[in-house]
Amino acid sequence: MNELAFLRDTVGSGPAGTAGSSAQHATPALAEADRLMTVCNSCRYCEGLCAVFPAMEMRRSFSDGDLNYLANLCHNCGACYYDCQFSPPHEFSVHVPAALAQVRTESYAQYVWPRAFAGVFARNGLFIAIALAVAVAIFIAGFVAWTDPGVLFGTHTGPGAFYKLMPHNTMVLIFGAAALFAILAIGMGVRAFWRDIGEPDGALRDTGSVWQAIKDAGRLRHLGGGGAGCMNDSERASNRRRSYHHLTFYGFMLCFASTSMATLYHYLLGMQAPYPWYDLPVVLGTLGGIGLVIGPIGLLHDKWRRDPDLSEGTPFGMDVAFLLMLLLTSITGLALLVLRATPAMGLLLALHLGVVFALFVTMPYGKFVHGIYRFLALVRAARELEHP
Amino acid sequence: MKPEYDVIVIGGGNAALCAAISARNEGASVLVLEAADAFWRGGNTRHTRNMRCAHDAATASLSGPYSESEFFDDLLRVTKGQTDEALARFMIHESKSMLGWIEEQGVRWQPSLGGTLSLGRTNSFFLGGGRAMLNALYQTAEDLGVEIRYESEVTDIEIEGGHFHSVTVGAERLPARALVAAAGGFESNIEWLKRYWGEAADNFLIRGTRNNRGTVLRLLLDNDVREVGDPTQCHAVAIDARAPKYDGGIITRLDCVVFGIVVNRKAERFYDEGEDIWPKRYAIWGRLVAAQPDQIAFIIFDASSLKLFMPSLYPPISAPTIAELAGKLELDSSALEETVAAFNAACRPGTFDDKILDDCSTEGLSPPKSHWARPLVEAPFYAYPVRPGITFTYLGVRVDKDARMTMNDGRGSANMFAAGEIMAGNVLGEGYAAGIGMTIGAVFGRIAGREAARSALS
Repeated sequence: MNELAFLRDTVGSGPAGTAGSSAQHATPALAEADRLMTVCNSCRYCEGLCAVFPAMEMRRSFSDGDLNYLANLCHNCGACYYDCQFSPPHEFSVHVPAALAQVRTESYAQYVWPRAFAGVFARNGLFIAIALAVAVAIFIAGFVAWTDPGVLFGTHTGPGAFYKLMPHNTMVLIFGAAALFAILAIGMGVRAFWRDIGEPDGALRDTGSVWQAIKDAGRLRHLGGGGAGCMNDSERASNRRRSYHHLTFYGFMLCFASTSMATLYHYLLGMQAPYPWYDLPVVLGTLGGIGLVIGPIGLLHDKWRRDPDLSEGTPFGMDVAFLLMLLLTSITGLALLVLRATPAMGLLLALHLGVVFALFVTMPYGKFVHGIYRFLALVRAARELEHP
Repeated sequence: MKPEYDVIVIGGGNAALCAAISARNEGASVLVLEAADAFWRGGNTRHTRNMRCAHDAATASLSGPYSESEFFDDLLRVTKGQTDEALARFMIHESKSMLGWIEEQGVRWQPSLGGTLSLGRTNSFFLGGGRAMLNALYQTAEDLGVEIRYESEVTDIEIEGGHFHSVTVGAERLPARALVAAAGGFESNIEWLKRYWGEAADNFLIRGTRNNRGTVLRLLLDNDVREVGDPTQCHAVAIDARAPKYDGGIITRLDCVVFGIVVNRKAERFYDEGEDIWPKRYAIWGRLVAAQPDQIAFIIFDASSLKLFMPSLYPPISAPTIAELAGKLELDSSALEETVAAFNAACRPGTFDDKILDDCSTEGLSPPKSHWARPLVEAPFYAYPVRPGITFTYLGVRVDKDARMTMNDGRGSANMFAAGEIMAGNVLGEGYAAGIGMTIGAVFGRIAGREAARSALS
């Protein structure tokens, strides 16, 4: 081949001279995501797999905000990795799930409030473990310090049994404050995300888009790889991971419903916990708890079996920490239900409350936020793709 | 030596896997020999996206009917009659049942959404593209008990009087009762291409696999199998000259010819850029560029067209003036300025519309630009360097309706069958219609597998 300078010159800095749409990106991960979206936008074979590619096709260049939006829209189903003719070892080295996972994790740190907590996403497993240990230790120490040993290790039954160990108002105060803090911190993150992706006002008031996003999130439509299911341990698709996620999410929602119901019982009906096994808060909580045991165990199992090529870019510590927190919440809750009429109740209550407290306060600083940003990304996708 | 396998399939793409699945479904034991490793398996199928099949009515993924006669008319038009009519009509008839058969093998279809060519009515798109399709076929074949060996390039085939005995892979001789050759064309064999194209072939880029070196085709032709097709005919498009030598695939494609002018190294135009709508002219530009000095050309356009076509992999080369652009392209700047000035002066006023054959044409210019001719005046100016990108070659082995190879004496081989690129020349004498390569592979693959199994088991 005759030598022409413009053919010799590398066009871009990426593999095989490929370049992104812009040289200006805040991090190398964003620059790589831009490079890949530029490759993908000239191919488009994956446009039937999920919402990321149709949303990509609406753009010709990719700002950091665009990439953060696409990254949070990606459900990491893995289909595009196995379907891509340019994935590694091809010289174009296209690994969209890995690149977007990296951008996604960075975006959590970017949006975090207060900003001082940005660093916790880099060592999230350690951070969550410490938060958990501290919370549980404080609750146990508090129970031991403030409760008479006879009461702590006694057997309590009937309405108000839990409040012999911790007064109801104290419980409401502590958990109300923790929940409000979590809501505030997550709300500030939402605001930062919404601004960063440049979403015009009004999207969240567009009920059609919001309803479409609720349906897409509720069914985990985009964890379906376009219909075949998602990939995990190999190129063979299955809906197993999706089912485990459903158990986890709906388990969580049932537990939330149980707590809300119990609050209504307490304030509206004047009925004090614990409630009998057949009563609504307990039934909801038990079903939710079972979902929150099977779901996270299944997701952890799948995580261990995941194709190492596919896990690239995925924050293992953060994912595992959140799953273990959910699992500990459900296991301690169910143990409390089973053993609530025994002397073990006191310490179990301290343990469960410690775990739940740690879960609440770490929500803005861990994997939990993926659901919030992804839902918002789905609203925006529904809006710009006109609810396909 | 008693054969361990009923059927050996050489190749690992669409045609090979359809043959393997179909042979296995007939009850044959099947061995697939793929030259590539597990990642690179599947040859050019990896880079495909759709398949053209006749159908009587719209489906969930096809926007309307596409009759057998319309399909045949399309084929006749693109090949300019260079096709075996009986075989082509037979293939088109068989293509009708492929839509369902392929789906039964686990392949999923998707509605045509975006992309270059408007094919939503005629072509069925694979969800996730060709590699996804291939993955589904491999899974099905594995589940059926087809044995697949990777990195197993066939280096010799033992044939006696039109009767296949065995293949050689490395030091191993593998006998079988029947053979399906589905190992692609010879487009990656630059030395072979040079026999017909001379040194120009050095400047060709190969859009697909580097493994289609034509080894199996050569062995068959050397063993008295009848040849079909013109060795210079192939599917060739103009692709970005900066693309890698092999496997650049679809993304090095450029769809902007109709928006500007195309010049060669002498900065001269050489063909009507606006002759017809792009999907109908897409596949002629490879040969056009191949005929230019150094097998390179430059698509030149201005800022007004930048966002009118689908983005491609590499950014265009840009400059504030035509002269500076020429400098970057190593063209004579006054020559390019003259060409652009002459073109601009020849553009007649009209209403630009890239969706139809509009009335923007040149007057008194040779060659003319018949449509979409707009003066190149808005800076910055852009260029894409292009080279011929060869998709696949048409020279192949002659087959009949059973996909059975025909020997030089005109008799059918006892137990040798072929499918895919290696026999595409039976149907494609020249030209191309999008998605027809996959039709040829799937239809004849399925038949070749079935007939090979019957031959082996009889």
